[in-house]
Amino acid sequence: MLKITCPWCGPRDEPEFTYGGQSHVARPSFDVDDATWARYLFVRDNPKGIHFERWCHTYGCAQWFNVARDTVSHEVLAVYRMGEPKPELGA
Amino acid sequence: MASFQPDSHATPGLGLGAFRLAAGGRVDRAKVMNFRWDGRPLTACAGDTLASALLAHGERLVGRGFKFHRPRGILSAGAEEPNGLVAVGSGDRLDPSARATLVRVHEGLEARPQNCWPSVRFDVGRALDFVAPLWPAGFYNKTFIWPSWHAYEGLIRRTAGLGDALHGADPERYDVANATCELLVVGAGAAGLAAALLASRAGATVVLVEQDAEFGGHLLVESCAIDGLPAAQWLGRALAELAANPRVSLLPATTAFGLYDHGHVGLLERVAERTPTSPVRHRYWRVRARGLVLASGALEQPWVFERNDLPGVMLAGAVRTYAQRYAVAAGRRVVFATNNDSAYLAALDLARAGVAVPGLVDSRAEPPRELADLLQTAGVPVYGGAVIAAATGGSRLAAVEIAPLDGAGARLRLECDAVGMSAGWAPAVHLWSHARGRLAFDPERQCFLPVAGTAPLSVAGALAGAHTLSHCFASAARAVAAEASRAGFAVDVGGALPKVEEPRSSPRVDARRVSPGGRRHRQWLDFQHDVTLADVDLALREGFDAIEHLKRYTTTGMSVDQGKTSNLNALLVVAELTGRAPDAVGTTTFRPPYTPVTLGALAGRQVGEFYAPRRRLPAHAEHERLGAVFEEAGGWMRPAWYPRAGESKEQAIAREVLAVRASAGLFDASPLGKFEIEGPEAARFLDAFYINNVRTLEVGRTRYGLMLNENGVIIDDGTIARLGPQHFVITTTSGGAARIGAWLDDWRQCEWPDQDVVVTPVTTQWATVALAGPKAREILSRLGPDIDLSPAAFPHLHVRVGSLAGVPTRLYRVSFSGELGYEINVPARYGAALWRALEDAGREFGIAPYGTEALLLLRLEKGFLHVGLDTDGTTAPSDVGWGEIALKKQADYVGKRSLTRPENVRADRLQLVGLVGEDELLIPGTHLRLDGTTEGSDGWVTSAAFSPTLGKRVALALLRGGRARTGQTVTLFDLGRTGRAEVAPTPFYDPKGERLHG
Ligand SMILES: [Zn+2]
Repeated sequence: MLKITCPWCGPRDEPEFTYGGQSHVARPSFDVDDATWARYLFVRDNPKGIHFERWCHTYGCAQWFNVARDTVSHEVLAVYRMGEPKPELGA
Repeated sequence: MASFQPDSHATPGLGLGAFRLAAGGRVDRAKVMNFRWDGRPLTACAGDTLASALLAHGERLVGRGFKFHRPRGILSAGAEEPNGLVAVGSGDRLDPSARATLVRVHEGLEARPQNCWPSVRFDVGRALDFVAPLWPAGFYNKTFIWPSWHAYEGLIRRTAGLGDALHGADPERYDVANATCELLVVGAGAAGLAAALLASRAGATVVLVEQDAEFGGHLLVESCAIDGLPAAQWLGRALAELAANPRVSLLPATTAFGLYDHGHVGLLERVAERTPTSPVRHRYWRVRARGLVLASGALEQPWVFERNDLPGVMLAGAVRTYAQRYAVAAGRRVVFATNNDSAYLAALDLARAGVAVPGLVDSRAEPPRELADLLQTAGVPVYGGAVIAAATGGSRLAAVEIAPLDGAGARLRLECDAVGMSAGWAPAVHLWSHARGRLAFDPERQCFLPVAGTAPLSVAGALAGAHTLSHCFASAARAVAAEASRAGFAVDVGGALPKVEEPRSSPRVDARRVSPGGRRHRQWLDFQHDVTLADVDLALREGFDAIEHLKRYTTTGMSVDQGKTSNLNALLVVAELTGRAPDAVGTTTFRPPYTPVTLGALAGRQVGEFYAPRRRLPAHAEHERLGAVFEEAGGWMRPAWYPRAGESKEQAIAREVLAVRASAGLFDASPLGKFEIEGPEAARFLDAFYINNVRTLEVGRTRYGLMLNENGVIIDDGTIARLGPQHFVITTTSGGAARIGAWLDDWRQCEWPDQDVVVTPVTTQWATVALAGPKAREILSRLGPDIDLSPAAFPHLHVRVGSLAGVPTRLYRVSFSGELGYEINVPARYGAALWRALEDAGREFGIAPYGTEALLLLRLEKGFLHVGLDTDGTTAPSDVGWGEIALKKQADYVGKRSLTRPENVRADRLQLVGLVGEDELLIPGTHLRLDGTTEGSDGWVTSAAFSPTLGKRVALALLRGGRARTGQTVTLFDLGRTGRAEVAPTPFYDPKGERLHG
């Protein structure tokens, strides 16, 4: 059970949140070719290390935000609001 | 000479047991309790475990081996016990595979052995042992494959397995609790207590967890002095100080079973063990700790010698614990065998208690002088450079053969009825490993120790390699200092640590743990899964030399004890046989739980009626009055049908359907998902979700809409109503309300945060009643609407806002039944009143309430799809007849781009069709085959029923390339039976849709 710090509410237990997959996935316009669209639909990062991902504080403020998490240690390295750029994190 | 308790207590003839020592121990001899073992009455003292009480009475045989059904006795005094797995209680309160070493005896306890039939003394399965050489590792994998495993499964399932599963519902009550603290200390032995004392004196909030019902760990058996006090007194003083501190929580009889992310630890508190009157049996604690000190101790490891599984062969520390703590002698003559110093203290305590100790056998050529002198003084001979070569006896130990390791000298036979053995200690690294902490092999101690700094917690005591109490206290101080800085509290650990007067000893453990020679298939590594040296030999011969492979091939450490007394020995044997360093062999993975956790504890109170909250409709009482049969759907208790006296389910549903077709019906549709979409960009926002054009929808009109995900798959449907230029209300399926609400909000927040739109879920703000049938308008008009209901003023697919009998209403002309229909929305508090008013107004027309079953049948007659039932995770608009509309819309919407992906335009997609036929196989789930297909499936029936309106069976199905197959016949296929049906156009009823304009 992770401990995640909601940018609006502070630290809370994982069951209050919903996971939303990788962040910063740009949605292409609908005139792109099949291969580009398929990459958007199906291809995601699977890093051993820092992963930028979306979480929603479903049973709290219901706000979506971004988390940078180490997939090896599960350490939450950064929490930032939707629309903000990826933070610089030392590898 | 040994002084045993005379047999003259409690139940006549039983006494406290022939092996109960006359003095000493922590049990209360004045409180005698009666319990039953295998149906026979026995006695115990307050404080006894089942294991200590059985040993007190000389009950050596506690179970049978898993594979060969050999007789087995108690090995240990703790959670690591591999043999003493017993069934406690009976009926629904049966606790299978309980460890006799952890079960506290209470008055009236009933326990019996497992894995033996018909009895533990005479076991039919014992015959298996005589063919043991034919029954090697991997035997199952190799033997039971011809002609198939299933030919053998029944027989094997009857003789295999440990204990009986429960069949009834668990009648016990469980709790789940949450807690936070600055420091969690796991293990309340010397190190854990010291850590808790230091942190609590610094003002930190501390939770101290101890698996045993009593705090103290090793201090419960120590006879040395601490700070000038006997160990037991020092322990009492420490516990009193902790108990008096309100910032300290003490949790005895509690196991920390798993360590998870971010300082989250799972605890299982066996509440009823401490407080038998408690209504709660177990409590599952979810603790979030800022700092964590693990002081979980170490588990003594057994020697490997021939017939080391004979009842009476025990761990040296366990022999000491039974004598010191429970005042029970493991035998009348106890021989010790060791490769380290710790067994000397055990032998010394036994000798001092008056038990005959014919000798201590030390594999090291030079025994520790100070300890050896102490033993010699107590009259115990020490045999250096020697091992136990074999144990002998029938079903219980009679003697051991001592062999010198240098091969010079003759074998010596020592008669004995118990052995206390020690092949070193394996630190209980389980929780450390859960936290992904690294381990390294310590050649001096011959075990794996945590590598400090590789996990966000600290270790202390025997887990950190401490072998004396002084070392335990010092390691605790270091651990608390490290955790204080992690948790953010100030602590001074520089003060004087407790002073211990204990014999000097060394942590060194001899590398030898296997006696040379002997029959290898009679030298046990894993007592619980019956794995011998011969099994390891075979696995290595066959190439299973990776430790994870070897574990699975031989099943070493895979039983319920998870190898607590076998993994280290197996690993070191493999290292030796393959010439690799133990670090190179590596350990198998430690996974939670440390010891089994009752599933009921994890569920807590969320069982039965409390599993999930039940949602009741605003008019629930009206439905009850009408005798509705309720079914739970999406959390709602919904009327499924309303049987009248003497009616079957089918008759009731048919009557309800026919009433709607002939006159009028009333349906509670309140669970329909409802969302208000408001703002300057409301139309633009909604337009991005529907395949239907939302921007062109006029105020006062409604439109059916299909919603897709980005893969172009249908995820929901409902109506879109425009109440004003910037104001929409949409409905979703009842089951999809929460999911679609979250879906809209996800896109609004993450993809289009700049759009000026507000989404408000209002599902439970409005009660919704569907009034359907040719008499619907006439009935509704009697409720005094301020809305003109005439067909010209209020046609199909329109929406009006007004009032009914003075109550605000949103009135839709929509129809899921195919008849003239209204969906009447009123504020939820008027839901019951609206229902009653419509019932009254419709009585003279024969209005009938109808439930979800009739609703689904009405829509099936019309061929309307039910998302999730007639569609699956691949169904696109073109598969259900909405392809043209979806493609025609110019603007982008979620899923649009996917509709032209190659996968979505294949001709052989599964598509929704109607089916008709008289075959009894025309039921949901039946598979379909096209002519010419002999294998696999070309689709399946999704909805089917006998239509009371049409007098025939109708169905919907997903069929390969189905939309081009109208008029063809297909084969119905179900478990080898076949039938025929015809692909028919839909709607089955009123194909021109004239009735809904009524
Ligand atoms: Zn929040």
